[in-house]
Amino acid sequence: MGKSKTDANHSAGAEDKKKATKTSGSSEKSFRIELLRRMLLIRRLEEKSAQMYGLRKIGGFCHLYIGQEAVAVGAVAALDLKKDYVLTAYRDHGHALACGMDPKAMMAELYGRATGCSRGKGGSMHLFDVDKHMLGGNGIVGAHIPVATGVALKIKYKKENGAVLCFFGDGAIHQGSFHESLNLAKIWNLPIVYICENNQYGMGTDFRRVSSVTDFSKMGASYEIPGSQMDGMDVLKVHAAVKEAVDRARKDHQPSFIEAVTYRYKGHSMSDPATYRSKEELQEYKDQDPILILKAEILKSEQLSNEEFDKIDAECKRISNEAAQFAEDSPQPAIETMYEDVLV
Amino acid sequence: MPVIAFRQALRDAMDEELARDQNVILMGEEVAQYNGAYKVSQGLLDKYGPDRIIDTPITEEGFTGAGIGAALVGLRPIVEWMTLNFSAQAFDQVLNNAAKMLSMSGGQLKVPIVFRGPNGPAEYLSGQHSQSFQAFYTHIPGIKVVAPSTPYDAKGMLKSAVRDDNPVVFLETEMMYGLKGEVPEEEYLVPLGKAEIKRAGEAVTLISFSRPMQMILEAADVLEKEGYSAEVIDLRSLRPLDEEAVYSSVVKTNRCVIVDNDWPTASFGSYLGWLISKNCFDSLDAPVEMVAMEDVPMPYNHALELAVQPSVEKIVAAAKRVMYV
Repeated sequence: MGKSKTDANHSAGAEDKKKATKTSGSSEKSFRIELLRRMLLIRRLEEKSAQMYGLRKIGGFCHLYIGQEAVAVGAVAALDLKKDYVLTAYRDHGHALACGMDPKAMMAELYGRATGCSRGKGGSMHLFDVDKHMLGGNGIVGAHIPVATGVALKIKYKKENGAVLCFFGDGAIHQGSFHESLNLAKIWNLPIVYICENNQYGMGTDFRRVSSVTDFSKMGASYEIPGSQMDGMDVLKVHAAVKEAVDRARKDHQPSFIEAVTYRYKGHSMSDPATYRSKEELQEYKDQDPILILKAEILKSEQLSNEEFDKIDAECKRISNEAAQFAEDSPQPAIETMYEDVLV
Repeated sequence: MPVIAFRQALRDAMDEELARDQNVILMGEEVAQYNGAYKVSQGLLDKYGPDRIIDTPITEEGFTGAGIGAALVGLRPIVEWMTLNFSAQAFDQVLNNAAKMLSMSGGQLKVPIVFRGPNGPAEYLSGQHSQSFQAFYTHIPGIKVVAPSTPYDAKGMLKSAVRDDNPVVFLETEMMYGLKGEVPEEEYLVPLGKAEIKRAGEAVTLISFSRPMQMILEAADVLEKEGYSAEVIDLRSLRPLDEEAVYSSVVKTNRCVIVDNDWPTASFGSYLGWLISKNCFDSLDAPVEMVAMEDVPMPYNHALELAVQPSVEKIVAAAKRVMYV
């Protein structure tokens, strides 16, 4: 059933591909390889997170991004994070890494250590890197969507040339905060791209059971915001669609809405065995794995050898291991730090 | 010294801060073209234009969250809630975003924003429009909550709130917008977190904030005529709370009445009563009294709604109870 949705994608045809591949030669090659490397890094770090969660090094809610890597990586690659911003929800590891957050600071935060990006006060759902313009991580479904809209208001007010990417899931799309925000973005002409990562399950609920429309891209139309639905398993398609929307944000100060149809391989969080979906459905998406399809494409075009791929993979595993070791070796926050950063 | 109304003092504070700092903006329902539902923002659109004085749709969660987002990246928004009653729609944004970002980001993100509007009962408004929100907001670590009672404090504290790097919930009262008082022409600030002794006395300490200050000052007059000198404290800030000012007074008078125009259950006043009981236990000659609203939804009928709230008579009676007279 997911297959038919991705086939319904109306913006991810040859035209987008052409845009994605408009640069040629070595820069195009290195760009694709960089996307592949970033997705692999997320995959390996998430696998490491899962492993360490199993060992009880990480606690609480931990929402893995495995399967959805193409969305964050493809989208963030369209940004200039000196002037653009990213906000997302609680499944935020992938976005943080895509923005360039230090894997050690991320893993240490998952461990709750003093060296974590939030000094051990945020955890998995609250990753922040203000220097990289990654403004969280938010644990309340849909609560960051108005906040992201306000970041775009600042860009407009200051007459800057930036844009905001606001990521959220299919679970958030029915919240009032989403609808209020789209309305504000349109009436104020804000440079923001709302990206719904439709991984098809809001926790354990199939989005088709709780949605009046199943093609979410239509929802932008209520606010006269251009909406598109695209294959969120293909990083190049994601990149092309988001780049177009970011350009619109920059040039015309107009919001956009993109639905990226994707899939999470793991449960909603670490405690969810995901028994509400079939093995066949999961396999169907694993067959479209964003890393494997890009890898196959690059191998086919002979821009990369298997050996080179293995080398990149080994590097990502090494970074993941080092991040976990760094977290393990890091101090616990001193108890008295609980009183810090409550007020400025 | 010029005498101006409370609403004018608020307007002047915003005017001065808007003129001083380009990062200050005002946003909310009817703040611009309509000049404010209670005319607090009168004339600001004409002076500063629509980029800085921003009318919003009736979407409290949306525009409150947008203000928070703008604050995260360097603006200093003043978000006007038409009344605090409507802020319930935005409560999640204050609780989970404004109050938490500094802590959850490990100190990376500041949220310099002011949420302001009329709080507490007005008249003939029934259950949904005559509520007090001080307990809800003061409960939350990570924000400041202030509630001035005079035009002088309103202006000086609003200016301080705009310059504060923390989220500040600034509580006004519809029934006080016309209240007049002396406000100097020269610029001044009133710090947040400082109470003020409005009247010195020996026999009993009367403590309140915001609109009931008028009642407790009147009650002090009544008590004075009967031969009892009451010390009157205007808390002005609920969070941070000037505990020292309260304890110094109670240690001197040995008796205390708190007036909080809010439901009594789990209220700010009951928390303050606990603090005083704990920290001034050896000095107290009577249990701490609290005059609060009745524990009921606000009725529409005027006699009923007045009976629900604190009054001068209730405060005098409570003072006499703690003085055993």
